Amino acid sequence: MALDMEGMMKELRGTYASGKPKSYEWRVSQLRALLKIADHHEKEIAEALRCDLNKPDHESFVYEIASMKSSCQLALKQLKGWMKPEKVKTSLTTFPSSGEIVSEPLGVTLVISAWNFPFLLSLDPVIGAIAAGNAVVLKPSEIAPATSAVLSKLLGEYMDTSAVKVVEGAVPETTALLEQKWDKIFYTGNGKVGRIVLTAAAKHLTPVVLELGGKSPVVVDKNINLKVAVRRIIGGKWGCNNGQACVSPDYLITTKDNASQLVNALKSELEAFYGKDPLKSEDLSRIVNSNHFNRLKNLLDDEKVSGKIVHGGQRDKTNLKIAPTIMLDVPGDSLVMNEEIFGPLLPILTVYKVEDSIDLINAREKPLAAYLFTNDKRLKEQFIRNVSAGGLVVNDTILHLAEHSLPFGGVGESGMGAYHGKFSFDAFSHKKAVLQRSFAGDVPARYPPYTSGKLKFLKALLNGDLVGLIRALIGW
Amino acid sequence: MNYLLSWIFQADLPVAAFPSRAELVPEPLGVILVISCWNFPFGVSLEPLIGAIAAGNTVVLKPSELAPASSSVLANTIHTYLDNKAIKVIQGGPSIGEKLLQQKWDKIFFTGSAKVARIVMTAAAINLTPVAVELGGKCPAIVDSLSSSWDKEIATKRILAAKFGTCAGQACIAIDYILVEKKFSTTLVKLLKAYILSMFGEIPKESVGRIINKNHCSRLRKLLDEPSVKATIVHGGSYDEDALFMEPTLLVDPPLKSEIMTEEIFGPLLPIITVEKIEDSIEFIKSRPRALAIYAFTNNETLKKKLASETSSGSVIFNDAIIQYIADSLPFGGVGESGFGRYHGKFSFDMFTHEKPVARRSFLTDFWFRYPPWNDQKLQIFKSAYRFNYFEIILIILGLKKS
Repeated sequence: MALDMEGMMKELRGTYASGKPKSYEWRVSQLRALLKIADHHEKEIAEALRCDLNKPDHESFVYEIASMKSSCQLALKQLKGWMKPEKVKTSLTTFPSSGEIVSEPLGVTLVISAWNFPFLLSLDPVIGAIAAGNAVVLKPSEIAPATSAVLSKLLGEYMDTSAVKVVEGAVPETTALLEQKWDKIFYTGNGKVGRIVLTAAAKHLTPVVLELGGKSPVVVDKNINLKVAVRRIIGGKWGCNNGQACVSPDYLITTKDNASQLVNALKSELEAFYGKDPLKSEDLSRIVNSNHFNRLKNLLDDEKVSGKIVHGGQRDKTNLKIAPTIMLDVPGDSLVMNEEIFGPLLPILTVYKVEDSIDLINAREKPLAAYLFTNDKRLKEQFIRNVSAGGLVVNDTILHLAEHSLPFGGVGESGMGAYHGKFSFDAFSHKKAVLQRSFAGDVPARYPPYTSGKLKFLKALLNGDLVGLIRALIGW
Repeated sequence: MNYLLSWIFQADLPVAAFPSRAELVPEPLGVILVISCWNFPFGVSLEPLIGAIAAGNTVVLKPSELAPASSSVLANTIHTYLDNKAIKVIQGGPSIGEKLLQQKWDKIFFTGSAKVARIVMTAAAINLTPVAVELGGKCPAIVDSLSSSWDKEIATKRILAAKFGTCAGQACIAIDYILVEKKFSTTLVKLLKAYILSMFGEIPKESVGRIINKNHCSRLRKLLDEPSVKATIVHGGSYDEDALFMEPTLLVDPPLKSEIMTEEIFGPLLPIITVEKIEDSIEFIKSRPRALAIYAFTNNETLKKKLASETSSGSVIFNDAIIQYIADSLPFGGVGESGFGRYHGKFSFDMFTHEKPVARRSFLTDFWFRYPPWNDQKLQIFKSAYRFNYFEIILIILGLKKS
C-alpha cells in the first residue's frame, strides 16, 4: 500500500500547529487511551508476541505489558509537575530579572522501534513523545510482524490519528520516512542502521536519540552468594527473550580459579529453570528468524571455539531454537567475541586477577550495560569509576531498566540520548529559557559611546567586585 | 499499610527489585572537538572549552580562520597556559576542518551556519558521534506601544545595543528585525534615529564594528540593492566596501518576500515590520522558522504569556536583548532550525558528560517468582506486585487466592 508521505506530514504539521497536542487534556487523553489498550487487549498482545518470538506469557507480561503500563501510569501521575516551568535564580549581572526554563514540545516526531521487545520499545518512546506534547509517527519493526499489525490496529482504534500514526513496513517505508523533516527521531536498534538514521537526520539537522546495544559484560568475583548471582545472570540472559535484548549479559569474566565453580552453578540452575531438555521448554523465547538463527549457528560452528563449548550447543532449525550454551575461554578474536551475540550463547573469559577484567572491558567499545557481582567494596568503586557504559548494575542484571528515576541510554557505540520516566519527557522536549527583565534598573555603562570609565564599571560588575563597582561609580 | 510498605520498598521500584540503591555518576565522554566561529571568536571558543574541561575530557579546538588574529592568540595562549597533551588548538580553514571531521570523536560541538552544520553532522554519523549545533536564525524583537518616556528610552537603547552595538549585528542572537504596531512605528523610528546619533555619533564608521570580510559586505549590500527594498530605507543605507563598513540602516516594511526578510541578516540592517495589532506579531513569528531568541519589549503581561506559550524559539527575553548570554542559570541553545544542544553554566558541564546510572542490589532477598519455570501462580504474584498489591501477594503465597 503506497503511503502518501507528503499528505501525512502535512496533516501532522497541521494538527500540531493547531495547538491540540500541546494541551494537558489532550496528552492525558492519549496516555489514558494507551493504558486502555494494554488493559483490554493483554491477551491479543501476548498472542502476537508468542507468534513473533514464542515469548512466554510471563515475559510478555513482565517485560512488555507491565513495563509499558508502569511507564504510562508514571507519566499520567507526574505530567503536571513535568510540564511546570522551572524557576531559576538569576545573578547580579542581570539584576533585576527573573528566569525560568519552560518545557515545550519539539513538534512532529518519529519513533522507529525494534523487534525484540516490539510492544514496549514501540510504546515507551511514544509515551514520552505524547507526554511532551508532540505529534508522533511510530514505525514498528517488520521483523515482528504480528505485533506490528496489532499495534497498527489498536493505535488506529484508540488514539487521535490526526496526531498519532503507525506506519508499518520495511526498508522502503523506513527510507521514505527518514527523508521527511522531523523535529526529533528516536531509534532503537543496531549501530549499522543507527548510522543510516543519523546520516538522514543530518540533512535536516534533526536531533536524535539512538538506543543501540553492545557486548554487555558481567564480572563475577569470588566470595559471593553464587547461587543467587547465577540465577540473576540466567534471568537477565535466557529469561529475557533468550538473550535477544540490548542489555543482555553478553559474556562473563571471572578468575581462572573460580571458573569451574561458576560453570557448575550455571549448569545446575539452568536445569532447574529449563529442565534437562531446554529445547522442549515452553519458557524460552525462540530465535526471531532464520537469518539470526544462521548467524548464531555460525558463531557456534566457528572453529576458534570448537572444544570450548562446556554446556548446551543443541539446536532445532525447524523451530528456530538453540539451547542455552556456555563456552569457556574462547579466544578474543573468535566470532562470538567480535559481535553482539544477541542470543543464547554465553562465552566465559578467565583472568588471573579479577581487577584485570576492567582493562578487558575498556579495551572494547562502550557497551549499553556492564554488570558486576561482588562483595568487595574496593572492587565495586574501581569498577564504577573506571568502566564506562550506558549503565552499571552491581549484583544484578537488567534491573536498572525498571527504575524510572534512572536514565536509560547508551554512550559511544551503544548510543546517544536517554529515556524512561521524566527522561522520556525531556527527550521529546525543548527546554526554552525565558528571561524577564525590567525597564527599571538600567546600567548605562552597557551602551555606546564606550568610555574607559564604562569599561571599568562593567569589569567590576561582571567580576562581582563590589569595591571596584563603587570606585567606578564615584569616578575613582 | 500500602504507604508504609511503599516507603520500605522505595516507592517506584517494583518489589522484585528490593532492596536496592541507585545513583547517577557523571563521567567524561572522552575526546571532544570544538569548532568555533568568527564573530565572538574568544567567547564561543572558550565557553565550550570550559565545559569540556570541567567535565574531564580532552579537547581539540578549531577556531575560525575568518578571525585569524584571534585564532592565533588563542593558539599561543592555550598552548602556553594549558596542558598541551590534553588540550590542543588546531588552526586552519575548510581543508583542516575536513581532516578533523574524519577522525573519531566522542562529541563534536559546532557553532556556525546551518550549511556547515549539516556537513559536520553527516561526518559525525559515520562514527555515531553525538553533536551539538549552535546556529542562528532571524531573531525578532516585538516592540509594544510603550507609554512612559523612561521605558521608551531604555527599550530603544537596548534594541540599538543589541543590533548595531553587537558586532554590527553579526551575532546569532542579534535582533534581526522589529515588529511594531502601525500607530507606534513613527515614534519608534524617531527614537531609533535619535539614539543612533547619540550612541554611535556623527561618524558611525568609528564606533560601529566592521563587517568581517568582503564576501559578507557584498552580501549585505545586495540585500539593500533590491529596488523595492532600497525604497524602504528611512535611515542610513551608505556603505564603504573597501573599509568593510556598513552604516546602521533602518528600513520600514521592506517586502516580506525579499531576501532581507527571508535570510538571516547578520549585519547592521534593521527592518521594521508594522502590524495592525501588536498581537498579530505572534502569528507572524509562528509562520516562520524557529529562531535562537525572541525578544519583546512590553509591559503587557497577557501579551508576554501568549508570546511565551504560542511561539517556539531557543529562548524568550522580555524587555532586553543579548543579555541572556550572561545569564548562566539559563540554558543557551536553539530549537529546530536554530540548532540543538544547550550550554552555559552547568549546562556546559552536562553537555560534555555521560550521566551513568549505577544500580546496586544486595544478595539478601531474592524472589523465587522472578525465575522460570513459569506458572500461573508466579504470574499472579507479579501482576499483584506491579499493582503494589502486597496483601494479594500474601494471599497467593498462602494459597488463599487462586489465579
